[in-house]
Amino acid sequence: MEIKLLAFGIARDILHQQEMTMDLNGISSVADVKRFLVAKYPDFEKLKSFSLAVNCNYVADDQLVKDGDEIVIIPPVSGG
Amino acid sequence: MAIKIQIKDQALDPSTCIGAVQDQACGGLALFIGTVRDQTRGRPVQHLEFEAYEPMALSEMEKIGKQITERWAANHVCIHHRTGRLQLGDIAVIIAVSTPHRKEAFEACQYAIDTLKETVPIWKKEIFEDGEVWVAAHP
Repeated sequence: MEIKLLAFGIARDILHQQEMTMDLNGISSVADVKRFLVAKYPDFEKLKSFSLAVNCNYVADDQLVKDGDEIVIIPPVSGG
Repeated sequence: MAIKIQIKDQALDPSTCIGAVQDQACGGLALFIGTVRDQTRGRPVQHLEFEAYEPMALSEMEKIGKQITERWAANHVCIHHRTGRLQLGDIAVIIAVSTPHRKEAFEACQYAIDTLKETVPIWKKEIFEDGEVWVAAHP
């Protein structure tokens, strides 16, 4: 069971890559993915905030993730 | 009613956006153009780079367009956003809204740019002479 993680902006700099796959071992919710990211890449904690989008939608932290989901790390946006 | 959304890595054209919302039923057309400023808190900017998570940025911009047509009974909304490398003075975003009366056009246009800056997954990097910064990333 795997999910695809995409990173943009400063999140891409923190991951040193745009895309990675992640094994769902021990991970069931969006909050778990966030915890995993912060534990593995402490620089995420220095951000003002970051959220995760699942399959192109903003979701609540308690949303469950499933095999094949595309999850995008969204650091504070700054368009316009 | 029409909503026209576009993200592109080429120069944006205000007249295209105006043309996209012109309608004889509308007495008001508001146009917002966001451009690259030459400094941030006194620090000279050399250029900017924008990147987008394009499929979601398009759908979030489409949502803004839909909200506007519902809330202000706007007839047409056009939102174009740039990506890639932008020089000082270049256009980063254009929003055009047409409505039967002027008040709604101004309000809807302001709502569109304010909401875009909060929800649309696009990121801006400022490049200075001595470094670079992802805007708004840190507290």
